[in-house]
Amino acid sequence: MTVLEAPPTDHSPRVASSDVDAFPIPQGREEEWRFAPMDALAPFMSPASDAGTLTAEPSPYVSAVPVAALEPTWWLPTDRPSAIARAGVHSAVTVRIPDDAVLDAPIVVELRGDVALNYAHVDVRIGRHARATVVLVHDAGVDVSGTIVTDVGDGAELTMLSVMDGPAERTHLWHWPVRVGRDATFVGAVVTIGGRVVRMLPSVSYAGPGGSAELLGAFLADDGQYLEHRIFVEHDEPHCSSNVVYKGALAGAGSHTVWIGDVLVRRTATGTDTYEMNRNLLLDDGARADSVPNLELETGDVASAGHASATGRFDDEQLFYLMARGIPERIARQLVVRGFFVDVLTRIPSVEWRDAILGRIAQRLGMDAEIETALEEAVQ
Amino acid sequence: MSVLAIDDLHASVVTDTGPREILRGVSLSVESGSTHAVMGPNGSGKSTLAYVIAGHPKYVVTSGTITLDGEDVLSMSVDERARAGLFLAMQYPVEVPGVSVSNFLRTSATAVRGEAPKLRTWIKEMKDAMGVLQMDPSFAERNVNEGFSGGEKKRHEILQLSMLKPKIAILDETDSGLDVDALRVVSEGVNAFREETGAGTLLITHYTRILRYIHPDHVHVFVDGRIVESGGPELAAVLESEGYERFVTTPAS
Repeated sequence: MTVLEAPPTDHSPRVASSDVDAFPIPQGREEEWRFAPMDALAPFMSPASDAGTLTAEPSPYVSAVPVAALEPTWWLPTDRPSAIARAGVHSAVTVRIPDDAVLDAPIVVELRGDVALNYAHVDVRIGRHARATVVLVHDAGVDVSGTIVTDVGDGAELTMLSVMDGPAERTHLWHWPVRVGRDATFVGAVVTIGGRVVRMLPSVSYAGPGGSAELLGAFLADDGQYLEHRIFVEHDEPHCSSNVVYKGALAGAGSHTVWIGDVLVRRTATGTDTYEMNRNLLLDDGARADSVPNLELETGDVASAGHASATGRFDDEQLFYLMARGIPERIARQLVVRGFFVDVLTRIPSVEWRDAILGRIAQRLGMDAEIETALEEAVQ
Repeated sequence: MSVLAIDDLHASVVTDTGPREILRGVSLSVESGSTHAVMGPNGSGKSTLAYVIAGHPKYVVTSGTITLDGEDVLSMSVDERARAGLFLAMQYPVEVPGVSVSNFLRTSATAVRGEAPKLRTWIKEMKDAMGVLQMDPSFAERNVNEGFSGGEKKRHEILQLSMLKPKIAILDETDSGLDVDALRVVSEGVNAFREETGAGTLLITHYTRILRYIHPDHVHVFVDGRIVESGGPELAAVLESEGYERFVTTPAS
């Protein structure tokens, strides 16, 4: 099946198809690939017969089903790697939360793989008026290309957290299409710490009026890491809102991050309230952060629409102020970097996961999770 | 008994057009229990003196010495100076987003005292110190200096002073930007600190107004990077009525 659409904008996907041949092999000059290290992505540009499929431990809400059983679906791949992965994946990991269910404990899905190169398909559906938190943990030390299809039922509240950690030499390509139902609320937080080349592409569309989507991101790139987050929010229903806040810290001279935030407000999306923001903190000379917000309005009848982007160096005056109070430089840097991420991370409703993520960030920075212990050692 | 001794201090700031000398031979001793006011016109370098004592990286000391109880301050890093017992209340305190006042105070108290304060006594200690400065308890949950009014920033500086209890306190234009009520509260905080600890205080100011609340033992007139006259409190009265004109040498035309 091939569906070809007229290009709605320069920045939204032009083609959506499950047919791999609908997508020529990109050369790296195309807008959506222009920052990416194409050599590292080459294994995902042609079907691999020996590719594995990521799986997860079954639980009351989590199962493995054949991908064909998910048809028909509103989602179609929008680039070559996702079409290849969709065609090659053996089974899907599904998360099903029934109508009206209210789950207090997060559903944790740890994705695992046995072979070096993998495809993955995760399909999350939360029923009408249900409320739940789903945590996806990508710690497996394997290369992967996959999609997380997420469907938020009418009036439901879904919080999702994607934690990308694990070995630094791996490639992760993910699409994360989300459809937000009428009066539904979706919070999608992306934490990207691990991997050598990461492309995470969340996209949001609305299935009815009154939907709300908050997309949060915290990423930390170290020497040699390439982390790309490319967001697309399409407002085509009235009275919906979207709020995008992504923050990145770059340590190490060879680190490179890319943030693209595309928001398209269609003529039909009157009363839209949208804001997107990306801030990057450069901790070392030579780190590179690309940040491109795009806001396209087809109607002037919106409640509010805005975007902001700022990339700055570590502020030496902050460091001086903290050190002038006796705080050693290493701890002072830790406070500043943690403080930088705090406003994103405090929006993650699970305190347990919030702390875990702060701990992982501190660990990746070579810092101590426990400030007090480190302090006592430092001043002795 | 502590002594901060500054001897023939010369320091420059690094600019695009090369280094520019700002301190041109400052000598001054501040002992425990004494309060010194350093007064001077704008641009005289008196704030630079405060920053050089604290170790701001923007300035380079070209000659002279600073010692605290005989220890070489200039060889210490910024945090070592603070842990040795020096405190600079800043004229323009810096915002630190995402770091709460309470976390910041506890981290700095842990660093300065060498061990983490016991949680139970700590909360009371913080509450009491904030009470003296008429600060609402909710202040502790706000981010350091973020969105603070001018008065709140200065109260926050004096709050730190009262909790970190340095041997020598340097107050850089603490009175600037304060209305009369805030000036009185902040001054009372400084006086409470002086009485409780018997610390030495170096008060840097442009105006004589704060000296009505914090009484100096010594007054120094600071012009063009050095002290040009020293005296007792009566010198402040002279400055009040006559201004700085007679101390500023007009260049020969």
